[in-house]
Amino acid sequence: MEPQNPQANAPEAETAPDAGTTPSPTATALQREHQEWVVEVVQALGETTIIVPREHIAAACSFLKTAPGLEFNFLADLCGFDRGPEEEPRFEVNYHLFSTTKHHRVRLKVLLDENDLHVASVTSVWRTANWHERETYDLFGVIFDEHPDLRRILLPDDWQGHALRKDFPLRGYEPYSLE
Amino acid sequence: MGQMGQMGPIGRMSTDVNIPPQFEVVDQPLDTQMTLSMGPQHPSTHGVLRLELVLDGEMVVKATPDIGYLHTGMEKLFEYRKYQQGIVITDRMDYLNPLGNNLAYVMAVEKLLQLEIPERAQTIRVLFCELQRIASHLVWLGTHAIDIGAMTVFFYAFREREKILNLIEAASGGRLTPSYFRIGGLMMDVPAGFENRVKQFLDNFPQAVKEFHTLVSGNRIFQKRTQGIGYISAEDAIDWGLAGPSLRGSGVNVDVRRTNPYSSYETYDFEVPVEQDCDVWARYMVRMREMDESHKIVAQALSRLKPGPVKADAPKVVLPDREAMKTHMDALIHHFLIVAEGFDVPAGEVYHPIEGSKGELGVYIKSIGGPKPARVHFRGPSFVNLSALPHIASGEMIADVVAIIGSLDIVLGEIDR
Repeated sequence: MEPQNPQANAPEAETAPDAGTTPSPTATALQREHQEWVVEVVQALGETTIIVPREHIAAACSFLKTAPGLEFNFLADLCGFDRGPEEEPRFEVNYHLFSTTKHHRVRLKVLLDENDLHVASVTSVWRTANWHERETYDLFGVIFDEHPDLRRILLPDDWQGHALRKDFPLRGYEPYSLE
Repeated sequence: MGQMGQMGPIGRMSTDVNIPPQFEVVDQPLDTQMTLSMGPQHPSTHGVLRLELVLDGEMVVKATPDIGYLHTGMEKLFEYRKYQQGIVITDRMDYLNPLGNNLAYVMAVEKLLQLEIPERAQTIRVLFCELQRIASHLVWLGTHAIDIGAMTVFFYAFREREKILNLIEAASGGRLTPSYFRIGGLMMDVPAGFENRVKQFLDNFPQAVKEFHTLVSGNRIFQKRTQGIGYISAEDAIDWGLAGPSLRGSGVNVDVRRTNPYSSYETYDFEVPVEQDCDVWARYMVRMREMDESHKIVAQALSRLKPGPVKADAPKVVLPDREAMKTHMDALIHHFLIVAEGFDVPAGEVYHPIEGSKGELGVYIKSIGGPKPARVHFRGPSFVNLSALPHIASGEMIADVVAIIGSLDIVLGEIDR
């Protein structure tokens, strides 16, 4: 069996014309507001990802929500990702922001170490974050500080472990029982 | 379970008639409040939703949804399946809008692969997504009306839905779980004579919508049960992340087909219905008008159908035609590799939103290379819309909670995943 080249399927991976050349206005505005809010900006596949330090995420979000010209008043999605037990930092939390007036989108990303899984809740910025954060807590074990009601949401309250972590087996550790 | 049986003397009614529409839960003596567990088997909860309602008389003080009864770990399962195997999982999330789920998922993968989709495939995708939107809205209409007490509408709505399911079945072989959209295009082209059948449906559908309006919209009981009920302001709706018709019923003109067009939606001529009243009735009207708009889009898509390929020219991703497989060695090898090993997707991450029948349906896919995704996350509009229920329902009457749930148009398969 010949080894497959990961890129071979895509028809000549072209970089989008403006990728990497025009800096994202959102990232620029964030940087102008507070230099330390932006660790890295990645522009790929027509999407902008801004990596924000954990301690600044709530402040950065409330700035983006109200900043004139940006107005990210809609939190479209919030989800976690586990890179795997051997990776450091191990966890990612992604915030997908959208503006109902400007119609643009941006992704914020926070990186978390396994032994300190705390990040500030953004429920005070958008109330819709409530259930998203509960889901991320339930499935990854990320703890959102100052969340009003951080309980499991999809799995039973007495569930052991966090199901979407990479070291959690697909079929669980043992058959679930109500005993 | 809630604290049952803490009700006061039978027949006791609240003396305070001027209860503000929104109020905080206060510690009251046990004889004035009662906790009622509604669901998970209550018919108006559309599946297995359980609500814990704190009641003061018939007034809802606090509603707490309890979800997860249908949780089957779909997002976990994606990580153990090849990209093309994930499509069948998406069918089972929002089972009233499976083609929308298919589209969101395959478009996200196509974005990672940077695939170009042929025009005919894009047009057929739009055609089916709009038919699916009508079908989804018809289920909503039928069940919403039943919840409020109008039985007849259900049969009229499901009669029309049946015609759409027949069309989907004709093209894909499946009715509820079509898996018709594939990475790089469609499973196969539509069968001969399909255009005429769609045309027949289109010719008859406006008359059906008229019937719905006669049955429901002009009904005084329905109006009384929906107008002024379940108010959520535009600002709150955005804050709670409401999407789709539920958001547009609060006067916010946001539709992903307009704000972030995909699959050539920018080339179609349609209106985005918006209502200003912020109540159950407004959300009802938005969906009813959306059916008309979807009808318009289907007609346009149908008129655009020109012969052409329905699969992208990417032999390492798209399964070859059956005939080519029998005559060409390389096609056979590609087929074997795709099925046995899958195809590698370059590392990267995408969030692809589409306008599902219930609102913004977003798919987040993270790839670290290889034939399986590292993470697939669905932003289910039902999940987010339901999370606003405690806000909308508090201060309403218990009978109106049923109307409010109906107006949010939730599907538990998508909420619990």
